[in-house]
Amino acid sequence: MNKIAYTPALFCGLLAVALPALAGPEEDRQAMVKYFKDAYPKMDQANFIYGALAFNQDALNQYKSIMEFPPYVEEMEKAEKLWKTPMKSGKTYADCLPNGGKMIAGDYPLFDNAKGKVVTLEMAVNDCRTANGEEAWKYGDPKTMGLLTAHLRTLSDGMKVNIKVEGPAATKAYEDGKKTWYQRKGQLNFSCASCHIYGAGDKVRSEILSPVIGQTTHWPVFRAGTNLVTLQTRYKGCNGSVRHVGEDPGHESWNNLEYYHSYMSNGLPMQASVFRK
Amino acid sequence: MHIKHLSGALVLAACLVTPALAAEPAKPGLTGKDIAFQLPKGNCLACHAIAGGEQPGTLGPELKDMKARFPDKKELAAHIADQTAFNPYSAMPPFMKHGALTQEEFDKLVDFIHGL
Repeated sequence: MNKIAYTPALFCGLLAVALPALAGPEEDRQAMVKYFKDAYPKMDQANFIYGALAFNQDALNQYKSIMEFPPYVEEMEKAEKLWKTPMKSGKTYADCLPNGGKMIAGDYPLFDNAKGKVVTLEMAVNDCRTANGEEAWKYGDPKTMGLLTAHLRTLSDGMKVNIKVEGPAATKAYEDGKKTWYQRKGQLNFSCASCHIYGAGDKVRSEILSPVIGQTTHWPVFRAGTNLVTLQTRYKGCNGSVRHVGEDPGHESWNNLEYYHSYMSNGLPMQASVFRK
Repeated sequence: MHIKHLSGALVLAACLVTPALAAEPAKPGLTGKDIAFQLPKGNCLACHAIAGGEQPGTLGPELKDMKARFPDKKELAAHIADQTAFNPYSAMPPFMKHGALTQEEFDKLVDFIHGL
């Protein structure tokens, strides 16, 4: 081989290495928006906050009528009571969280530079608990953390998702989450992307697969009436569906996943809690 | 002492069994169609429309005219065994590469699908 033949190959190789470095979170999100615009040109992406329901008008109508009088009202009353119960120090969660806990959920997960890691809203709640004489709750527990955040997130209804990725440490956590999103897992060899990007809008049996955009805007959900499921508990469920054991809620790799995942919903309004089948 | 040994044996047995991800032995009488339609096995219906199957998924193409598409049954078998070898972006699970089916189940399944 002579030098001339090598040069273009070398140039292309360098370009291939350099290009991914140029793409940041906002470029990723815009590419995702464009992907779905190309795949479903007639769909209003604002409806992606309804997940799979966005692809089925009848199901969306049914959902809206269920939401007029949701079956989990009593659970939400318990959630509010839990929220108002003072901790051992006498302080409440509203005393401890930024802005009294109002209109903050859209900022989470956030990257805490002092801690050098992603902090989810659930971690902020546990930080409050341990700072006020209480034991940390188990992440994903529907009766404690799930219920409390079900109320806490209602205080951010209508807030737009506003995830920020600033600086190299935050970018590293975002990239780690992105890697998890695209990594194939389990005996069935699916990635999150297999179903929720490439398969979004398609059916697995009779169930429509929801798109990644909008997925993080409405947790926890009450499934089949009163069964509370947090976002990271849903990750566990997805892992099970592809026959992968996976992590447990609260694991750092899932916090990073939630960070990337939530960024993809930036700009969309939040609502808690909602009904899902 | 006995209990200790017993629990040791149980742990060992659990370790041997736990690769729950390895395919369980085929139940006698399970047909190729059963394997294609049932959730814990092939579950082809999850993604493919198949004649006689209810509520099929749409991720993959309908499974029909298979002999025309795959005159050589071995080629079809290779696709079911590991579709990612043909298309790395395919969402289809690599059934045999990941040990999701026993050889007996796989052979029955390939016969059934090839007959569609």
